[in-house]
Amino acid sequence: MEPILLTGNAAAAWGARLAGVDYVPAFPITPQTEIIETLGAWLDSGAMPGRMVTLESEHSMLTAAGAAAATGVRVFSATSSQGLLHAMEMLYTVAGWRAPFVLVNVSRGLSAPITLEADHNDVLAARDSGFLQIHCTDCQEVVDSVLLAYRLAEDTAVRLPVMVNLDGFYLSFTREPVRLPDLAAAREFLPPFDPGSMRFAASAPQSQAVAVLGGSPYSYFRYETHLAARNAISVYQRIAAEFESRFGRERGAVEAYRCDDADIVFFMIGSFASKAREAVDRLREAGRRVGLLRPRLLRPYPAEIIASALLGVRGVAVVDQNISMGQGGVLHTELAAALYGRGSAPAILTSFIGGLGGREIAPQEFFEMAEVTFRAVDEGRSPPPRLLYTETELRELRKLQSVALAEREQTSPAGRATP
Amino acid sequence: MSEIISRMKDLPSAHLLGAGTPMCSGCGGLEALHQIYDVLGENTVFVNAAGCMTLLSVYPFTPFRGSWLYTAMASAPAGAQGVRDALDLLIQQGRLPPEEDLQVVVLTGDGSAYGMGMSATSGAMDRGLDFIYICYDNEGYGNTGQQYSSATPHGAATATSGGTGGFPGYKKDLFSIWAAHQPSYVATVIASEPLDLAKKIAKARDMSGPRMIIALSPCPTGWDYDPRESVAIGKLAVKTGVWPLKEYENGTVTHTRIPRERPAVEEYLKTQGRFSHLFRPQRNEALLTEIQQRVDRYWAQAQ
Repeated sequence: MEPILLTGNAAAAWGARLAGVDYVPAFPITPQTEIIETLGAWLDSGAMPGRMVTLESEHSMLTAAGAAAATGVRVFSATSSQGLLHAMEMLYTVAGWRAPFVLVNVSRGLSAPITLEADHNDVLAARDSGFLQIHCTDCQEVVDSVLLAYRLAEDTAVRLPVMVNLDGFYLSFTREPVRLPDLAAAREFLPPFDPGSMRFAASAPQSQAVAVLGGSPYSYFRYETHLAARNAISVYQRIAAEFESRFGRERGAVEAYRCDDADIVFFMIGSFASKAREAVDRLREAGRRVGLLRPRLLRPYPAEIIASALLGVRGVAVVDQNISMGQGGVLHTELAAALYGRGSAPAILTSFIGGLGGREIAPQEFFEMAEVTFRAVDEGRSPPPRLLYTETELRELRKLQSVALAEREQTSPAGRATP
Repeated sequence: MSEIISRMKDLPSAHLLGAGTPMCSGCGGLEALHQIYDVLGENTVFVNAAGCMTLLSVYPFTPFRGSWLYTAMASAPAGAQGVRDALDLLIQQGRLPPEEDLQVVVLTGDGSAYGMGMSATSGAMDRGLDFIYICYDNEGYGNTGQQYSSATPHGAATATSGGTGGFPGYKKDLFSIWAAHQPSYVATVIASEPLDLAKKIAKARDMSGPRMIIALSPCPTGWDYDPRESVAIGKLAVKTGVWPLKEYENGTVTHTRIPRERPAVEEYLKTQGRFSHLFRPQRNEALLTEIQQRVDRYWAQAQ
């Protein structure tokens, strides 16, 4: 099929349509809204069978999504940022139900201050919920990942909800050429949902999501969920291989770009990884042996795959588009945990926080991060984490503050603003 | 399932709900649920919110012969939406025979119904969801030790309103709030009036759309009285006019029981430890008068 131009949001909606979803509980939030509007238009025109219901909150939306999946239909939903956090209680809850469905998250920075553009603190807040996570870097990956996510979620060795993440604005509103799998091929790859015993019917009474008393049964179910999530690594690799043989696109758990002989690699997720890819090419042209390692699958964490991809690499520049207050970058912490104690692991991890709330990460910054990492490799010592922010930016912000203050002094009835 | 209930002897004696639950002895909410379940039958899926009755189904046992889904405190009606929509879709697609369909029943306490779950309930009514909502109302956050909720009556002592005047607020009028949404049906019930309860539940069962039930649930532990008094206290709640039995349908509110000779409200209040500060060490005439006047005013307007 010839590629067509689609936004990330439209690609997510196409993923749901090609997956033949039955039910779409919805709630609008910028920058996700185009997804549910697109699905709503298809459902209204009859282009797509199924039912969409707009709930009165994301908390209710996730409850309805989990309940419908637990009744035996294929469910799709989408949210973003504050919506994901508003639904947080239900993310944990429906994952504990082992309700398999797909939730697209369109990443957007969290309040406060309230903002619209992307970073990954929203989706990473859900990392311990039991939802599996697939992270996309372009619009093609969005549609592919939604199909992969259903296969993963519904696999009998997994049975967990899956989140597919794309960055707000950078992907959600950016048109890119996308090859849509044709419907028959998509159906062949993703047969209808078989809920097994997970359903409600008069002749088969079922108690789901019941309470437990005491730590022993509680631990039993929590461990079961964790082990199911661990199973998802090999299941994902199997279905990604099948996907590649059917559709010709490599969708492995981890993307390794020009890593083979690399001395250092960038390690990051999301749409900004395409900026890193570009920087890698430039650095290679300049004779620097640099690569990019990008986990698509972040939950479960593919530690073994990452560790083997890093064999022979001397330094890793971890670029976190998130910030754990008082600690630093989440990806950095997790990578350090995954590598610690492996004799073969790179000696140097450098940590950079950047791209918060959609802030650009410029090519020069990638070059600088590479240089810092090369230097650390030479010196044999990892430097303290860096927060990416330029002097120009700071000056611009100070300028705005001065203008606002001057305005206030001019217009204040007392002649001067209070200090 | 559509047998007519008009006399006490028409009441079902199926006793579908199993015994041996961890509810307190004398639980007025459990008594109401027993009666409701016998009328609704086992082709039901109860969608529960956090509250006392969450402890009915504790792994791996359940007293229900039908189905159950625990959700969370705020969103049981949204869980009902998901189950109802999924059942509809499965039936439409021919993946579930129509005889396998279930009545979807939300079961929550007043903490959820009057407070945290109110927006989800409002949303479910807006959308015309085909479901039954049962609120067992024991007038406080009972499962955590009876702190006051917005269902707590004026003057009641709770774990968080232990001052001389008891709870300073007033019980929220959930019936009117629900009725303002113009759902198919709203009714108040109480287990101590089983015929009135069964008629209303049977009526709700045979309707479609949102059907909303509030069951006042005398609570021995929360209201501080001997468990054996639950039925007597429930009867007094109706007789004194504190708990009006009524229903809303097609824009009209009808009282199904109008207590002509109402005993003084204090006859009801003095049965419960939560109101003992109104009588001892001395009578709080001002508060007793206020409570009585509010009940009188209600009935003056109701007739």
